[in-house]
Amino acid sequence: MYARIFGFSAAAACFAMPVFAAVALGDAAGSYTISPAASSIHFSIGKLGGGGLDGAFARFKGSILIDNRDVGRSQVNFTIFPESVGTGQSRIDAFLRSDAVFDAANNPEIQFRSTSVKRTGDTSALVTGRLTARGKTFQEKFTAELGGLRAGTIKFHVTGKVLRSRYGMDVGTPIYSNVVDFDMTLTGKRG
Amino acid sequence: MSALPKNQPAGYGWTAIILHWLIAALFIGQFQLGFVMVRLASQRTAFELIQLHKSFGFLLLGLVILRIAWRLGRPAPPLPRSVGRFERRMAPLVHLALYAFQLALPLSGWALVSVSVLEIPSVPFNLFVMPHLPLGESDTAESFWAATHWYLAYAGIGLVALHLAAALRHHFWLRDTVLTRMITASSHRDTE
Repeated sequence: MYARIFGFSAAAACFAMPVFAAVALGDAAGSYTISPAASSIHFSIGKLGGGGLDGAFARFKGSILIDNRDVGRSQVNFTIFPESVGTGQSRIDAFLRSDAVFDAANNPEIQFRSTSVKRTGDTSALVTGRLTARGKTFQEKFTAELGGLRAGTIKFHVTGKVLRSRYGMDVGTPIYSNVVDFDMTLTGKRG
Repeated sequence: MSALPKNQPAGYGWTAIILHWLIAALFIGQFQLGFVMVRLASQRTAFELIQLHKSFGFLLLGLVILRIAWRLGRPAPPLPRSVGRFERRMAPLVHLALYAFQLALPLSGWALVSVSVLEIPSVPFNLFVMPHLPLGESDTAESFWAATHWYLAYAGIGLVALHLAAALRHHFWLRDTVLTRMITASSHRDTE
């Protein structure tokens, strides 16, 4: 038990204190592959009058690279397959997959490539990168919170807001908000 | 006092005439919009047209309520003497049916969006959120109201066709004032 707490503290410290970075990053550094089974990408869009539209992507892939010399050079890349969108309502799913929103037939991938990682707190970082959807690329920012690190597994809770109108997905505004709230759990397995 | 002109005893006033034609145009437009919006390949255009159909539907409902209130306050002018006994009996029934359809059609559409499991808010012309009717949402209820709205629309357009044919018959065959008194406000007595 003591060892576990210590282990977690060490992981937290590696994000918090450059002084210990050399030691702790030795543990965290490396390349991770996002495990879809232990990860999730949820989204939510508010609507007028209250409530909202919630959904998730079932299929995605990605990698996390933590640089042991400079956290700022770390990288997060992921690809979402919009065909796998699920809201619990098949008619809404079909609508989202259609050319009204994702046009998944012609644009089978939504990609995010990080361009900078900036530490913002003990266990948090601001990840800036380029999001590409429906052939349009814009800079987006996500907040990553370290959720755990042990035995070759690293877990992040990632949140961020994306304006869908920029990607040609403004259908339904203003009834449905232009802001898409992302809430992701990305679990990386070393290797 | 109201700035709106009153119905004249021998004819309809401008308020009744404008409401009649506005509702007629909206109803026929809504029928065409409804027909087209469910047959489009583009889901995006379909979504937008459905929201437009809902907006015009709520506008229609408001105008119909106004029209019924107006009509209750001022009875329709008497029919010209040329109108036969059968038609004299049938006309109020057909008019009552027309009023019933004018109310039932937008209400059934409102019920349809209210019970839909898709829970898409109604925001007439993006101006304000129109609350859903307090009916339980379910796939079954949605199918029921979708079918009801569909049948009412076709029956309603049939009734409109009958009403239009009768008006044209009065104008071109019987050559009386039944059609013209719904085109211009008039105070003159019918002279057959």
